[in-house]
Order: sequence, then structure tokens, then C-alpha cells
Amino acid sequence: MRTRFDLLLILPAGLFALAFFVVPMARLALVGASGPEGLGAYFSVVTNARHREVMLATLALSAAVTVATLVLATAAALFLARHRFPGRGLLVAMLTFPLAFPGVVIGFMIILLAGRQGLIGQVSDALVGDKIVFAYSMAGLFTGYLYFSLPRVLITVMSGVETIDPAMAEAARSLGAKPWHVLRDVTLPALKPALVASGAIAFATAMGAFGTAFTLATDIDVMPMLIYTEFTLQANFATAGALAIVLGLVTWAALLVARAFGGASVAAAG
Amino acid sequence: MRGAPLPSKTPARRTGYGSRLSFAAGLALTLAIAGFLILPAILSMLAGVTANYFRGLSSGLTLRWVGEVLALYSDTIVLTLGLALATLATTLVLGVPAAWFLVRNPGRASRAIEELLTLPIAVPGLAIALAMILVWGGVGDLRTSWVFILIGHVLFTLPFMMRAVVANLQAIDARTLEEGAASLGAGPWRRFLEVIVPNARPGILAGSLMVVTLSVGEFNLTWMLHTPLTKTLPVGLADAYASMRLEVASAYTLVFFVMIIPLLVAIQWLGGLGAPGGKARR
Repeated sequence: MRTRFDLLLILPAGLFALAFFVVPMARLALVGASGPEGLGAYFSVVTNARHREVMLATLALSAAVTVATLVLATAAALFLARHRFPGRGLLVAMLTFPLAFPGVVIGFMIILLAGRQGLIGQVSDALVGDKIVFAYSMAGLFTGYLYFSLPRVLITVMSGVETIDPAMAEAARSLGAKPWHVLRDVTLPALKPALVASGAIAFATAMGAFGTAFTLATDIDVMPMLIYTEFTLQANFATAGALAIVLGLVTWAALLVARAFGGASVAAAG
Repeated sequence: MRGAPLPSKTPARRTGYGSRLSFAAGLALTLAIAGFLILPAILSMLAGVTANYFRGLSSGLTLRWVGEVLALYSDTIVLTLGLALATLATTLVLGVPAAWFLVRNPGRASRAIEELLTLPIAVPGLAIALAMILVWGGVGDLRTSWVFILIGHVLFTLPFMMRAVVANLQAIDARTLEEGAASLGAGPWRRFLEVIVPNARPGILAGSLMVVTLSVGEFNLTWMLHTPLTKTLPVGLADAYASMRLEVASAYTLVFFVMIIPLLVAIQWLGGLGAPGGKARR
């Protein structure tokens, strides 16, 4: 039974979202179709060779980041969940410390690690006389998103591991299963919701985040940078609008997957 | 994945050579990840107080760069703190009543409203900023005002406040609580302000910490919405990374860490960010 009171509770937030989100996004969608290609602009990630290339590169980057993060974070989370040793608490604190670093700061961390004056370059220069620098490229962006996603996925998988009944793995082992089979048939299936949810969040972040790419280099060919340059440098509002809507649909779909598996949605915090 | 150790809880089993090997491999991998995450942060903190980063720590420690940052960028720090507080106030006013609405009226309509209010997290900030500029960029002086950034921050952080409070109200069974107050004759507003809000305090606190942390670090939206006179700290950071010497950029990052780390520690302490299904329910 709704009352006037209920209406007054939701009205401020509702009007705010309507005025500053719903109406603007609808307008963006209209502007996206207002260019010379009309509605075709929404299919430019298929029809336009450059847009297609950038979209595929962004998808590949995001998928690679997701897989790498899941593999590394799961291995570390399983290790931390199963062993108690001195310094473990400190190690967990170190692993979760960068949890809310914004993308720009993460970009700077990658520059310090792999940039022109970075640690990796100095070490490789001293060891083999060759300065390894990869911060300002797709590899740098990959490293940055790995940095961003590892703490998040690790935390989710660690709390997932805690819910697994150790007796299950014990039973499988006592029946003669090899460690690899226990992992494949018992542990990983039990972790599936945590892995899918946190993986989808890592994927959506890598698709839509902007700060890290912006800090590393403005000529890395990923979707957010393409939209940014179309809008600010080319003043090509229709193209930028259509690409932004398409990108938004992709990240939204990824987060719907995450939520279907009970995950959270700290997404584009970068 | 080879590094994943044996799933055993019995210490006796772990004395074998293979188990020790898998412990060592797991530890090495975990330490490597921790090093990857923590080393650059330590480097940047050191670089911010080192006289000359090229020559290393032997060039001496100095607060000169921090001083330069405070002289150059103090307006961004003030604006960022002010924005965070204004964002917090706005999300409280909009989000706490909305959360109570969602808990009071479970059903399809509420789920749709919640979905809509949560959507700004799922859509890249860049897209939202473009849309806002298209519709509101030409209206009065809004485009050049800090209020424009405030609106963006509220859109992005409101879901976190709302969800934290919703989770709290559901956990304490607020509807039953309210029925009790209603049977004593209190009106809906009194029940909301005197029964619901005080009981939602843990959720409001968790939500507030998230809102302030996210607002202080927000870049995706802010970069598009800012003007030369409304630069926030992350926007200033991007500037410094592009144009300042490494020591100044690092000192600026150090200032940012000093602002954000207490918030992160508080959030972890409350168990908010940590466990999904915890108080903040991310």
C-alpha cells in the first residue's frame, strides 16, 4: 500500500536520477543516431574498420586481464586460505591495500614500475644493459588493470574459499583423487559463483575505465580513449555518443552477469 | 594454477616433500603478487620525499616537493574535500529515504527503481559525463560551477549509500520495528526519523565511508566535467603526471594517500569492502 509518504521518500532520488541520468542518457542515444550514418552509427563497431579494431582490442585486453587476474588471485587465495604462518595478516593487508586506488594513481604506479624511469627498466639496465620500458602501451594498460583487479578478485575469492567445506576435498582425496582432480572437480566448481562475479567486474572495469589509459598514454587504442578523442579533439558528438552507448551496454551486461551470481558491482571506479 | 597447494587441513599430511614444495610455490606466487602491488606504492611515497629520484635516497630526504604541491595544488585539495562532504550530504538526503522506500515497498516496482538508481555504476563515467554535458552544459552557469561535478559524484555514489542502508534495514527487520512504533501511534515521518534512521546508523556509516572514498578518488566523470577553475585532486594528479617532475607527482600522490588511506582502513575495519554480503554489500 503506497502512501503519499512513500512517494515523498523516493521522489528526491527519483527526480535526481531522471533529470541528470535518464534524460541525458536518452539525449545521448538520440545524438548518437544524429550523425551522417543515422542509426548505423550504433553498428560502427562492426561496420567501421577502425572502430571494430579498437573494440576487438579492448575486448581482448579485458578478457586477458580477467583470465590473468582470476588465475593469479585464485592461486593466491587458495594458498592464503589453507595455510597459517607468521606474517600472513600483513601479507593479506598488503594484497588488499590498493583496493580503492583510482585509475590515474594506478597509471602512475605502472609508470614507476615500467616507465622510462621505472624500477623494471633500472633493474634490467643494470643486469643486462637493456632498459625494459612497457608502461606506455597496451602491455602497460594490461599491467595497470591487473593491478586494479587483483585486490578485488582476491578478496572475493578468499571469502568464497572460506565457504567451502574442507571435508569435501578430504573425501575426494581419501577416495584416491589426485590434487589436480580435487582442484578441478571440487574446489573450482565450489568457487564458480565468486569467480564469475568477480571476473565480470574485472572485465567491465577494463572495458570502461579511463583514468589508467589516460595517465599512461593518450594514443592507446581502447574504447574509452577512442570516445574521448572523438568527443574532445574531433568534436564528433554523434560518433562519441553512439560508441559511449554501445560501451555502456557491454559493461552493463557484464555487471548483470556478476549480479546474477550474487556479486557486487564496484565497477568503473577507475 | 600448478602452485595451488594440497587441500589439506591436517598438518601431518603436510610434511611430505610434495606438500612443502607446493607451500613454497604458493608462498612465492603470493609474495610476488604482494610485491607487485606494494612496491610501486612504496616507490612513489619515497620519491615524494627524496631530493632527487635519479640519484636515489642518498640525495637526502626533503619535504620540499610536498611543500611545492601544497603551494601549487592546495585549491584542488580544498575543492576535493568540499566536494566529498557535499556529495556525502546529498547522498544522505537522497539515499536514506530512498533506501527506506525500497525496504518498505518490496516488489517489482521497487526492484526496477533500485536497478535504475544503480545503473550509473554500470555505465562508464565517460558516457554519463558526455550525456550530462549535452543536456546541462548550456544551462546557466552550471557548466563552470563545482555543482556540475557534485551532480556527477552523487549519481555515481548514491547506489553505494542506498545499498548499504538497504542491507542494514533488511538485516534488522526494520518493517517489524516500524510496525511496533506505529502501534504506539507515531506518524510515518516520526517513525522514519526517530526509529528507522537511528537503527540504520551502521549502514549509514558504512555507506558514508564508501561515498567519501569514491568521491575523493573519482576521475572518469570528473575529468570530463571539470573546468580550469574546478579541478579536483585526481584531475590535478593527471596534470602533474603529465607535466611535472617525478618528485612533485610523487609528493602529490603522497598527499592523496594521506587523505585516502584512513578512509580505506576504516572501511576494511567495518568489513564493508571486504566481504560481499557484508555491511556495505558493495
